[in-house]
Amino acid sequence: MTVFKNIPTFVLTVACALLISSCAKEETNKTEQAEEGYEPTPLALQTPVLFQEKLDSPVIPADNPQTVEGVALGKKLFFDPILSGNNTLACAGCHIQEEGFSDSRQFSPGIDGVEGRRNSMPLFNLAWNHKETFFWDGRAISLENQALEPVIDPVEMHNTWPNAVSSLQAAPEYPELFAKAFGTSTIDSTLVSKAIAQFVRTLISGNSRYDQYLRGEIELTQAEQNGLNVYKDEERGDCFHCHGTPPNNLLWTDNDFHNNGLDKTFDDLGRGAITGDPREFGLFKTPSLRNLAYTAPYMHDGRFETLEEVIDHYSEGLVYSETIDPLMKAVGEGGVQLSEQDKQDLKAFLLALSDESFINNPDFQNK
Amino acid sequence: MKKHILLVVAALVLVACKDVDEAAVLNPNRNVTFNFTQNWEGDEITNADYQTTEYTNAHGETMTISKLRYLISDIAFTDENGDSTIIKGYNLVNAREATNTQYKPAKKIQEGTYTLSFTFGFEKEDNIDGAYPDLTSADWNVPEDLGGGYHFMQLEGTFIDNTGTVAPYLYHTIRAANKTDDALELQDTSFEVDLGTVTVKEGVVYEIKMDVAEWFKNPNEWDLNELNSNLMGNFGAQLKMSENGRTVFSLGETTIVEE
Ligand code: HEC
Ligand code: HEC
Repeated sequence: MTVFKNIPTFVLTVACALLISSCAKEETNKTEQAEEGYEPTPLALQTPVLFQEKLDSPVIPADNPQTVEGVALGKKLFFDPILSGNNTLACAGCHIQEEGFSDSRQFSPGIDGVEGRRNSMPLFNLAWNHKETFFWDGRAISLENQALEPVIDPVEMHNTWPNAVSSLQAAPEYPELFAKAFGTSTIDSTLVSKAIAQFVRTLISGNSRYDQYLRGEIELTQAEQNGLNVYKDEERGDCFHCHGTPPNNLLWTDNDFHNNGLDKTFDDLGRGAITGDPREFGLFKTPSLRNLAYTAPYMHDGRFETLEEVIDHYSEGLVYSETIDPLMKAVGEGGVQLSEQDKQDLKAFLLALSDESFINNPDFQNK
Repeated sequence: MKKHILLVVAALVLVACKDVDEAAVLNPNRNVTFNFTQNWEGDEITNADYQTTEYTNAHGETMTISKLRYLISDIAFTDENGDSTIIKGYNLVNAREATNTQYKPAKKIQEGTYTLSFTFGFEKEDNIDGAYPDLTSADWNVPEDLGGGYHFMQLEGTFIDNTGTVAPYLYHTIRAANKTDDALELQDTSFEVDLGTVTVKEGVVYEIKMDVAEWFKNPNEWDLNELNSNLMGNFGAQLKMSENGRTVFSLGETTIVEE
């Protein structure tokens, strides 16, 4: 920076600074007026220290900051069947805390008893999906947009938004809760989705045995340690290229789409049905490997009931199709044929990524 | 009214501030932009080519490309006195998805004539395990067992092997790691790419071309039947890939874009 050479320049600079500050003041006044002096209370995400060290900051949209009142409202909505067409089914009906906010049923029935075609997805650490693609096929961009879908999905909550909004508007407690969260008691679908997204962002899981090991609190067992080695070894598991490289990627997913060799032909085109690109037929979003102890059954269609079946799939059950990922090796023989010992140890390691404190966290319970 | 006067004053201040540094007027600092493009022996590789277009490599295998990501770092502008202005930092190109194919560093370069160079991958000092969270989000890490740090390139696809079967290849380049029972020998395989002489002007855009065929050509003619996957832990293969990489990049068009 160059120093100003003369007094007039200095004076002008001061004038300039004054100008800027006077403008800024005017703007604050304006926003305060719009919200009639009311601001909800900001709430920081409870981010685990290891996430702070190793991961990019979570995605929080500028127009939907986390607030105490917003999260509380979102939680109430998440557990309230009022959003469904016949007042019987809440988000929590298919996203159950003890099951890692997924559903142990292969296909969750909606309000009409009709089952969808995909397994419910677990909900945690979604604020760290920097690609912001949600659902197995990534069709919803942002958690706010995602939250709009289940309410009107005919095989889920089978409602209409006008109907859901008028039920909320007519309910005794909701208008005031929206006023507290957003400064207005006039409810609309956007505000509902914002509140729910705020609550979903608070669902954070970062306290598995493996996290405790990284924090230096415990040792891994021999089996877990060998399982970790299988996971990282490109000649054996080679899981890290899609499910993340320890000790850095604590999300255990690349949040990308792959065909991991489940089928020869596809009933469900997955990502390809959204993009229309035949090169993406049969691709699904890589799920996180956290909390597998609670989230069975596995894969987009819940075809595997146990982790043994999943591991057998990668070891010797791979099936060739045109879009199969090149990371699926030795497909001709069904896979790389892990030894029995390696399979057992890999399972032990995967289970060390489950976080009991997450499924018991009282903050996430309906009280 | 008062505000209008202030506005004029503010404008004057800006002009005044700008005018003080006389050296900068003679040789102003300029924004520079880099466009990364990919080709196979001169044929541009576009999104539509991934997974579909068949190429024949130097050894004669028919192959397709499904993924191509690579990292470059520390672009340097070196003047005739040998003084370098280095743009510290990295850019991870995802060629198929066309993300970061344009790189606009914040640092400005003074107008003039330079030789342009960059590092393919990360040199040893920068290849720090876990240091770059955005690269972790991109799942770009290398396991600790292989020395940690980051990939330099992921080139993936399929080829027809010598039994006539479609087989995958995973041409991943990293810092070479030789793992024995009691030691891990590491060898830096990043390398400097010299693109020749360039002129820096306002709005200048340099195209940096990658000829993917070169990875399979020279000095080591690559036989995918022998070396297709599990190359990260293959010390010898890493050294060969690094050698082949030296002729992969070249300077393409230089254009001026008016802002
Ligand atoms: C009838 C069961 C059911 C109900 C009710 C339900 N979901 Fe889901 N949820 C699913 C299924 C099944 C999927 C996967 C659907 C797909 O990929 O097409 C899913 C996916 C999601 C995802 C995507 C997660 C990811 O990682 O991409 C989120 C977030 C989610 N649901 C939140 C909600 C919210 C919020 C509600 C209430 C407004 C809700 N769900 C209601 C079954 C349900
Ligand atoms: C090419 C990328 C890729 C690799 C490599 C990979 N996976 Fe997966 N994994 C996926 C995808 C994609 C899915 C979801 C597929 C689907 O549902 O259609 C998945 C699903 C899973 C699931 C089911 C999780 C759930 O909640 O349903 C488990 C468990 C799993 N993988 C473990 C592993 C293990 C262990 C390895 C290494 C042996 C591995 N994966 C290697 C991409 C990969």
